Formats: sequence, structure tokens, C-alpha cells
Amino acid sequence: MANAAATVALGAAGGAQALRFYDSGGHHPENATLLGFWLYLMGDCLVFACLFAAYGVLGRNYAGGPSGADLFQLPLVAVNTSLLLLSSITYGFVVIEMQRKRQGATLAWLALTGLLGAGFVGIELHEFANLIHEGNGPQRSAFLSSFFTLVGTHGLHVTFGIVWLLTLMAQVARHGLIAANRRRLMCLSMFWHFLDVIWIGVFTFVYLVGALQ
Amino acid sequence: MSEHANLGKLVFGRLTWDALPLHDPILLATFAAVAIGGMFIVAALTYFRAWGPLWRDWITSIDHKKIGVMYVILGLVMLLRGFSDAVMMRAHQAIAFGDAMGYLPPHHYDQIFTAHGVIMVLFVAMPLVTGLMNFVVPLQIGARDVAFPFLNNFSFWMTACGAGLVMMSLFVGEFARTGWLAYPPLSGIIASPDVGVDYYIWSLQVAGIGTMLSGVNLIATIIKMRAPGMSMMKMPIFTWTALCTNVLIVAAFPVLTAVLALLSLDRYVGTNFFTNDLGGNPMMYVNLIWIWGHPEVYILILPAFGIFSEVVSTFSGKRLFGYTSMVYATVVITILSYLVWLHHFFTMGSGASVNAFFGITTMIISIPTGAKIFNWLFTMYRGRIRFEVPMLWTVSFMVTFVIGGMTGVLLAVPPADFVLHNSLFLVAHFHNVIIGGVLFGLMAGITYWFPKAFGYKLDPFWGKCSFWFWTIGFYFAFMPLYVLGLMGVTRRLSHFDDASLQIWFQIAALGAFLILLGILSFIIQLVVSFRRRASLTDTTGDPWNGRTLEWSTSSPPPVYNFAFTPIVHDTDAWYDMKQRGHIRPVAGFVPIHVPKNTGAGFVLAVLSTICAFGLIWHMWPVAAAGFVTLIVATIIHTFNYDREFYISSEAVVRTEDARTQLLASHG
Amino acid sequence: MSALDTDPARAAGHGNEDELDHDTLHITVGGYVTGFVLSVILTTIPFWLVMAKVFANPTVTTFVILGFAIVQIYVHMVFFLHMTSKAEGGWTWMSLIFTLVLVVITLSGSLWVMYHLKTNMMLPSPEQMRNMP
Repeated sequence: MANAAATVALGAAGGAQALRFYDSGGHHPENATLLGFWLYLMGDCLVFACLFAAYGVLGRNYAGGPSGADLFQLPLVAVNTSLLLLSSITYGFVVIEMQRKRQGATLAWLALTGLLGAGFVGIELHEFANLIHEGNGPQRSAFLSSFFTLVGTHGLHVTFGIVWLLTLMAQVARHGLIAANRRRLMCLSMFWHFLDVIWIGVFTFVYLVGALQ
Repeated sequence: MSEHANLGKLVFGRLTWDALPLHDPILLATFAAVAIGGMFIVAALTYFRAWGPLWRDWITSIDHKKIGVMYVILGLVMLLRGFSDAVMMRAHQAIAFGDAMGYLPPHHYDQIFTAHGVIMVLFVAMPLVTGLMNFVVPLQIGARDVAFPFLNNFSFWMTACGAGLVMMSLFVGEFARTGWLAYPPLSGIIASPDVGVDYYIWSLQVAGIGTMLSGVNLIATIIKMRAPGMSMMKMPIFTWTALCTNVLIVAAFPVLTAVLALLSLDRYVGTNFFTNDLGGNPMMYVNLIWIWGHPEVYILILPAFGIFSEVVSTFSGKRLFGYTSMVYATVVITILSYLVWLHHFFTMGSGASVNAFFGITTMIISIPTGAKIFNWLFTMYRGRIRFEVPMLWTVSFMVTFVIGGMTGVLLAVPPADFVLHNSLFLVAHFHNVIIGGVLFGLMAGITYWFPKAFGYKLDPFWGKCSFWFWTIGFYFAFMPLYVLGLMGVTRRLSHFDDASLQIWFQIAALGAFLILLGILSFIIQLVVSFRRRASLTDTTGDPWNGRTLEWSTSSPPPVYNFAFTPIVHDTDAWYDMKQRGHIRPVAGFVPIHVPKNTGAGFVLAVLSTICAFGLIWHMWPVAAAGFVTLIVATIIHTFNYDREFYISSEAVVRTEDARTQLLASHG
Repeated sequence: MSALDTDPARAAGHGNEDELDHDTLHITVGGYVTGFVLSVILTTIPFWLVMAKVFANPTVTTFVILGFAIVQIYVHMVFFLHMTSKAEGGWTWMSLIFTLVLVVITLSGSLWVMYHLKTNMMLPSPEQMRNMP
């Protein structure tokens, strides 16, 4: 209907020619949310790159204090890594159930992901508390400053992810799996997996390489 | 009794009455002027009953055009502050020789040059550039708004609040005394325990978030929202430079965020990133901050290059020469800008191999810019050139920027830089390229697009006055600095023993005075143009016989920009449409879907500022409460799904019919 | 929440359905499980290599686990993030490559520059410091 009216309205000098320069009302710009969020993640990647660079440059400056080999408890890190990796696949199931339009199952997998994430953060806080208690806090040396900042920033991101996850659970519960919520779930998916990618870098360069020295 | 004192200390941190500059006559006078001016504005707003419209139509607006205008207003207001700093420095340096100590104690002088740099780069140039990109790009690509309109509003208010924090430091506490990049260990907690560096850090972090989000927004807009038929290689050149600029923003600002975060950890938590002991390395700060800093200057200049491309093409009446090479040159500059950063600290001691590598890359990066200059010249060649005010700025840019660029290539030679690093030669170089390039470009752009934004042209006479005062003033102000730098005079000095240098500083002060006249002429131009707007009206929407799509809309454009999205067939789409006899649709309008205005962006930015203020003054409960409220408010905002509404077809019909009549009545 | 257009159906959010589903058509349970299993393997081996001190030379170990990390990141990109060169018209791919280039420049550039700066500082070693007059 709109098309017909537009054709008539779009000029007497040949409807076909006039249509060439103006869209008759059917044009929708594509939704940019997923791309926009991905671009933000690329920026976040660069923040982590700087923190890795700081760790790379300063990470052997022990200032007479303990090194990674002295401090890192690899079994605990392995547990942490498993929790985060498991949370990645549970979020994968969130997306699967979301695609199948099953609201209850989506919420259940979200809850499980959140719990695993909380477990990860909890273990990390425990690790930090122990280090600080022993006098090996971030003020002890440049190595420890960069360790706490890199690992802590990652943990902060996971914490924000959990807050976001809880918010989304409330929103999905209230409004269901509408398009806006599905977009948000996809954004959180990207965020969550991105954090796991960063963690690969962290456990490799900080913990494993650090424990080797 | 002691509980009282403890509670006071907890809530107010280190904020005491001493923070007010009651002993400083210059600051008191400034505060009085600001207070009187502020009261006048409040009174005017109340008298004209403008508070409602101010909130409804501007503060809460998500319209990219309004946000663009607000960015430009912010930039111009901050220009006055930043330039006041410049005038104060020039006046002081013209007299502070031998026994004469000048009128500014070093403690004050150091804050002035720091604030001057921070404000001019981050709160004048960045907002002006962002504002123009915001206003123009959606119109140029045939879109109705940016990809994330709410985020756009939030970004603006974050930038404005960052500027607000810097302005606050003038009257409550003091600003940093470290130079605009705040190198540690001077900016560390031991050497600068006061609030100055904290004001610096948090104003930049708040504004940086705004800029970063704006970058994401504009990239997504340009990628996703172009009109049908507008492939990448048919985009206007200004849109190309906007795309590359925003890529640089998203790629560079995270580095600034990270570095400032590390510095703030050193200051607040006692970490050892940039300290001299316990394993810290202050040189790492210099390294990281310039990994941001060099792309930052390209963020400033690329939009100016885009403006010049549009202006040269329009006022030569010709298609831009070498469109493809312009695009490639812009992309090459974008990538290369990441490979030159060390040239800012050749003298820090990285040695011959490192210095040679970065010296060579710095020279290479001048080549694509040179290609652009040739393209502009070839566009002008055999064109029908109209020397309207934007074109005057452009011609002056071509001469002035090339000189500045050449001194840059000179500095790119490490042995030469060993003599000239941190001398007035360096200061002259970067002012040469920033004023000659960025500022002249912004003036050209503002003059060029002003009619589109407001419906009337700027008065050409006062525009020419402003132009001549700026150009001549620039040369008087900065050529002496090249001479002084070659003679070995160091930057950031507030007193000199050698009286033979004084004449050069006096000439520079004259230059500053001429630039002041240029700024005054610009302000007069704004007032005069407003009063004469009936005679300067732009009725057709295309006052310059433009070539790109923004000129197809009315001046100012309706809220929805385009009643029907244009379909693009060639570069210079509007010119193409005019050539091929397009006919503007006058009926068949449909309802248009637009986002609602919202106060959420403003509220969130204010909450961020409260949190930042608390952090600066160590008011921990305030900071914590501000932060928590910020998070809660953000979450609440995300629960609002009802963010759009329809402009009815009747409303569109009314708007478009009014334009039809306007066009008809003016032939 | 950015759709500025004239279609009422789209306004209610329905118009985006096709796009979202089309983009995510290739998400399957099998894909996630494969990615998970690969990740577990690629994590376990590096941990084992370090904890059990399998290689005598720590440099060799470092390079090997570095290799594993790169492969696992790739696995995450493909199986969890569904990264392809086609998504979003190739723009996510292009931005990822660009970001990776910048990450490499930032890391290697910083390490190279800082190494040279430190060497040229000629800071005394701990023994030298102890033996100073």
C-alpha cells in the first residue's frame, strides 16, 4: 500500500526514474547491536593487552620478594580454569535453549553458569586474600602489582558478567525470549566467551610460565 | 567529640575549606566572573521560561544533530578557558626575565600549562571533532540517526562531565602540575600527593568512557546504516575519515584507560607500576601513554582532512581528485599511526636500533599526508574556485600544516630530536600542526555546516576577520618559538635569566593577542549572524551547491532527517541526484519510527561525576555510594524496553509540506 | 534498540527475528561439545607439562604451552564465539584481525622498547649493589 502511494507520489517525470533516488519506505537499517558489542570487546581486548604488556615488562621485578614459582598453587588454578571452562559450555546451552525458545531451560542454564562463575570469583578472592594475609599483596613488588591487576581485572569483568547475567535472568523471566532479550543474551555470550579467551592467556602466561621459573 | 571529627573526616575525606582559593586574587576574580556569568544565564533561562525546553529538547535529546551541536558548544566554551590559559602564559613569559619574576608563581604557572594542554586536546579538539562527526555522518550516509542514539547522549554527557571536573579543579582544590601527560614519578603519590593529579586522572577516565563509546557508535553507524547503494567506495570522504578516526578511538582509548588505571592504582593502593623502587619502571608509563598519544593526534587530524576534502571539492565545483588514493592514504595513516609512538621519547635512551626503526616509520607516515595535499591541489586545479570563508581556512591550512609537517619530519630524525626534544621548537611544531591542521579544519567545518544546523549562514565579513587574525596571529605567536627552540630554550619554563630572548617572547605575546582578536571576531560573528539571520537564511538547504547527501535535506533537517531514505548510485550522491534530475517526493509519506528522548544518560553521567569527585577527595562513602547508585541506575535503565515511538505520517506531511512551500516561494 | 525505520512489525522487535536466527543457524550442541572437549584437552596437557616438569628445559615448555594457548584460543573463537569471516559482512573478522595486529604491536613493541631502555639504564645487579663502596 505504501509502495503504491509512494510510486504515485514520487513524481510525474517517470515513476521508475523517481524511485531510483528514493526508497519508498521499505528500507530498514540492519540491527547494529551485535557488531557494536563486538567492537567494544575489541577495545576491552586492548585494555587486557596493556595489562599483559605491563606484566610482561614488570613481571620479573620481584624486588627481593617471592616469585610466581614461590606463590602459585597450580592445582587451585586448574580447578578455577575448569570452572570457567564449564561455565562456557553451560552458556553454550543457554544459547541452544534460547534458539529453541525454551524460557525455563534458558533460565536454568543461566543460573548454572552464574554459579560456576561465582565459584571462579570466589576461589580467586580466596587466593588473593591468602596472598595479602601473607604480606604478598599488590604493594610488595612490581611483579605482584601487575599480577593482582591483571588477574584482578579479569575477575572484575567476570563479576560484572555475573551481575549482568542476574539482570538478564530477571528480564527474561519478565518479558520472555523477545528479540531484545535474545540480542542481550547473545551479547553476554560474546562477553562470557571472551573472558574465557582472556583466561587462557592468563593461566598460560601468568600461572604456568610463572611457575616454571 | 572525636567521633564527630572522625565522621567528618570519613564523609569529607581530604576536602576542607583550604581547598577554596581564597588567597589567590586571580582565581577569586575568575570565580566572580564565572559566578556572575552563571547567574546571568540562569536568570535568562528563567525569564524566557527555557528550563523545560532545555531539558526536553536538548539535555535529554538522543538526536545526533542536537548532540553534535552540544559537543561543538562544549568545545567552544572550553576553547575560551584553554585560550585564557594560553594568554596568561604568553603574558607571563613576555615579562619574566632576570629580576622580574612575572605575575604567576611557578606553582600556579605549572597548573596553567598542564590545564592548557589537557583542555585544548581533550576538551576542545576532541569534542569539536566528535560534534562535527556526530552531526554530519548520519546525514551524509542517508541515515536517520546513529546506531545507538541513547549511548550517543550518554557519551556526550560523560565528556561534558569530564570537562566539568577540570573546571571544578579551578575553584575547589587545584589541578595537576605535571604537564598534560602527567609522567610519573612526578605524578606519583610521593611527588604529587595533592588532588591535582587525581582530578586529571578521573576527568580523563570519565571523558574517555564517553569517547570510547562514541567510537563504537560511529563505526557501527557507518558500517550498518548506509543508504542502499552506498558501498564503501561511494561514501563521502568525510565519512571515510570519520570511520578511520573512530577505529583509532576504539583502538587507542583503551590504552589510555589502562595506563591511567595503573597510575591511579599506584596512587590509591600503593602498587609499584611506575614507582622508582620495588621494581617499578616509570618509563613504562611513558611508553604506554604514547602508544595512546600518537594515535590520539591522528584522531584529531583525520576528521580535519575529511573536512578539507569536502570543502575543496565543493568550492572548486569539482569531484575530489583521486578519491581512491585518498581512501587508501587515510587507511594507511590509520595503521601506521601505531608504529611511530617512540618518536615522542627518542631521548629516553632506547638506543640506536630502536630509535632508527621509529625514526624511519615516522618519516614514512608523512607520505600519505603528502599525497592528500597533492590531491587537494589537483582538485583545485582548473576548478571554479569560490573563496568563501571555509575555502580561506583551507588554503591557509595547506600552507601552515605543510610547514608544521616539515618540522615534524625534521624532528623525526633522532639526532636532531636529541637537540630539539622538549624545546620550544617542539612546542612550535605541534601547535603548528594542531592549529594549522585541526583548528583551521574545525573552523572551516563549522562555517561550512553551520547553515545546515541552524538554517542561516555565518556572516562572511566577521568570518574573514576571524580568519585573518587567526592566521597572522598564529605565525606571530609560533614562528618565534621555532627560533627560540633552535637556540636551545626549554619548554614549560616560567622564568628566564637571558634577557636577549625576551624580544621573541614579546613577539609571541603579540601573536597571542592577534589570536584573541580572532576569537573575539568569531564570537562577534556568531552574534551578528544571529541578528542578521533573516538576510543570511538558507532556504534551499543547499547554500553552497554541495555534493553530498546532507545538502539534500532542509536547513535544519527535520528530526527524522529523510522522509524517504535516498538510494545512492555514485560518489557525491547529492550532486549525482541533481545532475540526473531527481524529483523531491511531495506525498506518500509514512510514519517514521524514532527513539524517545531520555534523561538516563544525563543522570548516569552525573552519578559518574559524583563517584569521581568522591575518589578525588578521598570521600570514600561518597565514591562508593555514587558507584553503587550508578550500577543500580544503569540496571534500572535496562529494564526500560519502551524506548521508541512513531512520528505520525500527518506530522511528516506537515513538515515536508512546509518545506515544499518554502522551496516554491524562493524559486 | 536502534531500529529507525517505517515498519511497525519491526518496531515490536519481530523484524529482527530472522536476522538473529539466520546468523546463529550454525549453533549446535555438537559444536559446543566438540569445542569443550578440545579445550579440556588443550588445557590439561599444558598443566601436566608444567606440573610434572615433563621437559627439562623451561624455554621449550614455555613455547609448547604458548602453542597450546594459541590453538585453544582459536578453538574458542570457532566453537564458542562462532567466529567466521562471513559474520556481519566480514566486519567482525576484520576488526578481530586488526585488534590482534595491534595487540601484537603493543606487546612486542613494549617488550622490545622496555628491554632496550632497561639495558641502557645499566642498573647495577644485586651483587654489584652489595659490593658498592
